[in-house]
Amino acid sequence: MRAHEGEPVGLIEEWTGAREVIVVDAVSSGAPPGTIHRLDPLAEPIPAALSQGSTHAFGLAETIELARAIDRLPRRLTVYGIEGERFAAGRELSPAVAAAVEAVEHELRGRLGNPAGGGREAPDADCGAQS
Amino acid sequence: MTETRTIKTDLLARVEGEGAMFLRIRDGRVDDVRLRIYEPPRFFEAFLRGRGYREPVDITARICGICPIAYQMSACAAIEDACGVEVPAAIRDLRRLIYCGEWIESHALHVFMLHAPDILGYDSAIEMARDHRGVVEQGLQIKKAGNALIRVIGGREIHPVNVRVGGFYRAPRPRELRALVEELERARELALETVRLTGGFEVPDFEPEHEFVALSMPDTYPLEGGRLISTGGLDIAPGEYEQHFVEQHVPHSTALHSQLRERGAYLCGPLARYALNSEKLSPLAREAAADAGLGPVCRNPFRSIVVRSVEILYALDEALRLIAAYEEPDAPHVDVPPRAGTGCGWTEAPRGLCWHRYELDEDGTILAAKIVPPTSQNQASIEADLRGFLAGNLELENDRLRHLCEQAIRNHDPCISCATHFLTLEVERF
Repeated sequence: MRAHEGEPVGLIEEWTGAREVIVVDAVSSGAPPGTIHRLDPLAEPIPAALSQGSTHAFGLAETIELARAIDRLPRRLTVYGIEGERFAAGRELSPAVAAAVEAVEHELRGRLGNPAGGGREAPDADCGAQS
Repeated sequence: MTETRTIKTDLLARVEGEGAMFLRIRDGRVDDVRLRIYEPPRFFEAFLRGRGYREPVDITARICGICPIAYQMSACAAIEDACGVEVPAAIRDLRRLIYCGEWIESHALHVFMLHAPDILGYDSAIEMARDHRGVVEQGLQIKKAGNALIRVIGGREIHPVNVRVGGFYRAPRPRELRALVEELERARELALETVRLTGGFEVPDFEPEHEFVALSMPDTYPLEGGRLISTGGLDIAPGEYEQHFVEQHVPHSTALHSQLRERGAYLCGPLARYALNSEKLSPLAREAAADAGLGPVCRNPFRSIVVRSVEILYALDEALRLIAAYEEPDAPHVDVPPRAGTGCGWTEAPRGLCWHRYELDEDGTILAAKIVPPTSQNQASIEADLRGFLAGNLELENDRLRHLCEQAIRNHDPCISCATHFLTLEVERF
């Protein structure tokens, strides 16, 4: 698992050679806080409502589209977007968002064969968290 | 009859942070020009008050995900100045090396992803990538080399964790740096190609007169310190900054506008650095600049992409020089005992001067902090560029004019997230 902060273009290099990539990110699309968006960018582009969340010039959606344009998308890619609630500096997660984070964690543990408790050496996927 | 044309862009694309542009032309004359910055202020200076003197290095790095090293290095310089400590040459060199990494990754992002699409006539890097895949790949490879340098020295690529007051928590082993040489050499070749590529770009003819302000170091191109000089005759030390510069509120921006007290607007960043220091570039970078048609001074902001490309090449050349000469320092940092006092420090962020001042009490608690990032310094000159460019091109139809004026802003790679790190909140009650 890798935490990737700041501008997301570097994800293209991070996921080079990975068999499967799962990206977990916060989103702000107007959906109720704690909504979990499960996206398959290989099947369809990230919806416009979900691509406005970055304060940097190049967001996650742009990074994925750039990777698509130069044929650098991984073979399997899932994006979990968790709808945030409190975006002010220094605020902790709201209960709805904390519950969603836990739900995504549980889902990923199940999906990756419970790497924390199942005794596997390493997950098959690279998991990039980008904020 | 009065004829009024209004050109506006509500959300500027391909700049870091949230801003807008408003232009009004009345009776064939430029009537109003505003770079509106509406991203909320972020109060970093207030966060720092009451914190320990070792904390700004990590807290101010959070101001920007693109140029955290600039904040870390300026914070270290200012706090070490307050404590009366000078770090040894080996630590200064290591700081310069990690700073090269930031110039490489930040400039590569701007040149390839944000600026080149403007000049090649695309709305985005994604559209550009469909026709110019090789160019985008080239940019990603150069950027990756810069990120690798930051990761190895800083512990991770964004918001590095290995920088501290007095130096670093851990100095890299020589073999860790040598392992980067091949990638940096390859990136240097690509950077040379980039200077040739951007040097051939067709850009509008536009040469505004700005006072250029940049650091100057005795024998080398400025990154991690020096004196501040300008084409208007300025020559000052970090502690004299506030005698010569003042920050002002303007109603249309949540970022402060910085001005020279005596002469008003000025420009910092690549064009200024290059104009004041081009003879101190490495021979390779100097030669590439000359081949690309850059004289010792470049005034056309549309050609800043060439200057940034030259600076990428220089930073790679300089990084390779520093790695070749690297010996692990005796200690990764020097002790910096706190003392009561005020200290100032500055460095050259990719976008220009980044100045910090801290006032400490005797146990190192921060009593006051002030941070002046490059973008707030350049706002007035960016507006002057817009005004000047607009006045000379009023015959163009609105869409074309809007595109070129947006480009006139992007020429300066404004980082609005940095610029809005602080604003005094004034509330009027009636």
